Amino acid sequence: MKVVLEHVTKRFPNRNKKIKEEVVAVSDFNFEIPDGKLIGLLGPSGCGKSTALNLICGLEEPTEGRIYFGDEDVTDLAPEHRGVGLVFQNYALYPHMTVRENIRFPLTNLKGSAKLTKEEMNARVERAASLVQINELLERKPSEMSGGQQQRVAIARALVKTPQVLLLDEPLSNLDARLRLQTREEIRKIQRETKVTTIFVTHDQEEAMSISDLIIVMKKGVVQQIGAPQDVYDDPANLFVAKFLGTPAINVFKGEVRGGQLFIGGSAVLDVPGVRDGGVWTGIRPEGFIPDSNGPFESDLLGIEVMGRDITVLSGHPDAENPVVRSIISSDRRIDTSSPTVRFRLKPYKVFLFDDATEERLKFEYDIESDPEAGGAV
Amino acid sequence: MDNNNSNKSKRSGISVRRKVGSAVKFILLGLWAVIVLFPFYWMILTSIKSYSAYNAETTPQFITLSPTLENYVKAFNSVPLPRYFLNTFIFAVITTALMLTVSVLAAYAFSRLEFRGKNLVFTLFLSLMMIPNELVIITNFVTVTNLGLRNSFPGLILPSVASVFYIYLLKENFEQIPDELYKAAKVDGTSDFKYLMKVVLPIAKPTVVTVTILKVIECWNSYMWPRLITDKKEYFLVSNGIQEIRESGFGRQNTPAMMAAVVVISVPLIILFLVFRKRIMEGVSRGGTKG
Amino acid sequence: MKKSGFKAWLYLLPAFIFLAVFMVYPLVDVLVYSLQENYHSASQTYTGVGLANFSYVLRDGTFLQALKNTALMVAITVPISTGLSLLIAYGLSSINKVKKLFQTIYFLPYVTNTLAVGLVFMILFNKTDANAGLVNMIIKLFGGNAVDFIKGPYWAKMFVFCFYTIWIVMPFKILILTSALASVNPNFYKAAKVDGASDAKIFWKITMPMISPTLFYLIITGFIGAFKAYSDSVALFGVDLNAEGMNTLVGYVYDMLYGARGGYPSYASAAALILFAIVFTITCVNLIISRKKVVY
Repeated sequence: MKVVLEHVTKRFPNRNKKIKEEVVAVSDFNFEIPDGKLIGLLGPSGCGKSTALNLICGLEEPTEGRIYFGDEDVTDLAPEHRGVGLVFQNYALYPHMTVRENIRFPLTNLKGSAKLTKEEMNARVERAASLVQINELLERKPSEMSGGQQQRVAIARALVKTPQVLLLDEPLSNLDARLRLQTREEIRKIQRETKVTTIFVTHDQEEAMSISDLIIVMKKGVVQQIGAPQDVYDDPANLFVAKFLGTPAINVFKGEVRGGQLFIGGSAVLDVPGVRDGGVWTGIRPEGFIPDSNGPFESDLLGIEVMGRDITVLSGHPDAENPVVRSIISSDRRIDTSSPTVRFRLKPYKVFLFDDATEERLKFEYDIESDPEAGGAV
Repeated sequence: MDNNNSNKSKRSGISVRRKVGSAVKFILLGLWAVIVLFPFYWMILTSIKSYSAYNAETTPQFITLSPTLENYVKAFNSVPLPRYFLNTFIFAVITTALMLTVSVLAAYAFSRLEFRGKNLVFTLFLSLMMIPNELVIITNFVTVTNLGLRNSFPGLILPSVASVFYIYLLKENFEQIPDELYKAAKVDGTSDFKYLMKVVLPIAKPTVVTVTILKVIECWNSYMWPRLITDKKEYFLVSNGIQEIRESGFGRQNTPAMMAAVVVISVPLIILFLVFRKRIMEGVSRGGTKG
Repeated sequence: MKKSGFKAWLYLLPAFIFLAVFMVYPLVDVLVYSLQENYHSASQTYTGVGLANFSYVLRDGTFLQALKNTALMVAITVPISTGLSLLIAYGLSSINKVKKLFQTIYFLPYVTNTLAVGLVFMILFNKTDANAGLVNMIIKLFGGNAVDFIKGPYWAKMFVFCFYTIWIVMPFKILILTSALASVNPNFYKAAKVDGASDAKIFWKITMPMISPTLFYLIITGFIGAFKAYSDSVALFGVDLNAEGMNTLVGYVYDMLYGARGGYPSYASAAALILFAIVFTITCVNLIISRKKVVY
């Protein structure tokens, strides 16, 4: 089932009653989520992700705009008639019911022709439970289970009605690091098996990138960019998206373009044909640096972190936004740690320029062939 | 104490003072325990002394060598004690059940449902908490009398149902239940009433039980209203019954039989207390008051 | 989500009906009653509107006696019961052994029927021709003279009344103070001990400020509760409290309404409003003082 949002806007009255102005939680959402995909809705906390999710599942009504599931307009439909499943960060399991009762609960609400017999209910509970592999835990209470197990129960409960759309609101945030990795794979697997259109809300870009078919990056209620994770990473639409995706984060410098050349700290570091003259924000991915004693980019060496497979070079640059510039290089390379400075040349496709006022991307042409090393794998 | 260093004298000095202090503490605590328990002991003791033995005492005797149950027989036969019991039981059960129904519904509306003017209405509700019962009892007496409900269960029960305080207590408790449970239930098409019955009440059960017990205690001990509204023995509650026993006795001043009645009336609540000790004490410390 | 306004009102309806009929309406009505002069309950007629009911009540000897009794009892029992329960709660908080047993015993009066146990107290203090009663036996043991506490001199009756009231209100206060003391962060005590503070200093400088809000809460509820005393007096001295000179304000309201002098809801209303005004004033004064004194 594809999900279409058409100019959807949600405004709330300000919580501080003295302020008349309304809070715009979701502003003019206009996109289509293709059928059977896993979509990551990504943004920092408080950007309106959860509101967007509540709009899609029907817990909130949009102020403006329409929402479609397939071709059906569901904007005015109550949540229970939309065929959605919802999973929460804190699992929201009913604490006084066993796992079996929890999963069965949605089925007991079915009315009329949809009503199920006890046997049918049990069969569906078993099926949902085996999908998330908790068959042995059916008689337990939520309090007797680990966080990861509880989240699986929550997923089973969301799936038991075979929803057309599955919505996950920060489902991994309450889990510890190891369980988070494991559960995220689990969700990916379940989604592939059931082929249910899934929307996954998270503030963790790594999480979203690793399992989504498509990510939607949000900021303050406005969609910034939609695309496949790698595409968004390689081709960010603006400074916010560039900064938000990637660990370690992108290095940002204050730069200037003069006559098709990018200057950082007075030296020309890269040819950027076609970019207008003037101030720019320059984002350079950590993997965009190649150590080169003759390279144009020089910074003060602060230290190195050896990670085994690769090395992180920590350096300082007066025009950098952060005090530490991180560059990741292959451990084959040797850095002369006795030298006070370190020089790099840059991979042009790892360098992004943004207008210093609008923070929108300024694209330029580059030729990978001219630097065989830059084109190769890091 | 176990090591012989130079500080020994100083240490043992402190420890002697500690011991004296703790002895004083225990004596004080023990004394109050005796003051609390003694009336209970005395009523049980007196209730098993025979009428003649009790009246023959010129100085009170602390034990009796010939315990008897005759006073209990008399208490049950000479005065309609079982009737008072039954009345109180009916009164307590129906009042508590109605109070729970009304309060749970209202608390749910305040805690979970959205409606215009909710905060204003709730503030008005809370301000009613300041109104002492003694102030409204006058009109209620007139109302119930005019309705011809004196000496009837509806007359006893109806004015005792509404309790702003319990609505408040339940509302606070319902609000502790995470929003997500409600959202999850809504997405699954659960009606509000089903959510209240199947999710809210089971989760809030400890508080519901506490409120129930507090209300039952309140009903069991209520005196002023039943006394105003009943003058026929058929509708007396235990409090009024015991007063009646005191005033007109058992034909003559029969203290042992009176004490037997007092024991019988006190025992149910004491058992209830011992069974639900923790719940009751928690509930009371969260906002119960006496009376 | 659909607007559930209608549904919410439906859920509130039963509570509204009960509160409106048995609380809000009576509240308005009691004001009306109190202003209707020479109200006649049989014919439901009155001669005028004014403050005559209040001036009658305030000049009524039985009312003044009830006011005196109540005020005296409040002035005696509130400080004593609060202080004593603080002492006991402090003692309880510093022991481990048999603490639960003590707590359970101390709470017992809370769950007893005031009328029933009052009767036991009456027996204990009573002095008949045949039997001087237990308390008098103890008094004689110490060389004193027997006193009739139930039908004797005013001070003796007041003593029993106060004693029983204290006995009845202690459980609540001990319980609340025990949990207040238990909620003081033990690290404060550890820090003070390390600094060499004496037990007394710790109590006055750390414990008392920390539990001062609870203490003030208890004093306020203590005042309110004690001013409403009635059934304990009935339990000790019988229903004809005016004859015994031991009536209370609530008892006066009851008498005016239905007791021996019944049938005067206007006087009852005026007396009830005076009672409410007294309680309200004391509560406000307490709150003002507590604003200044309570540490947080």
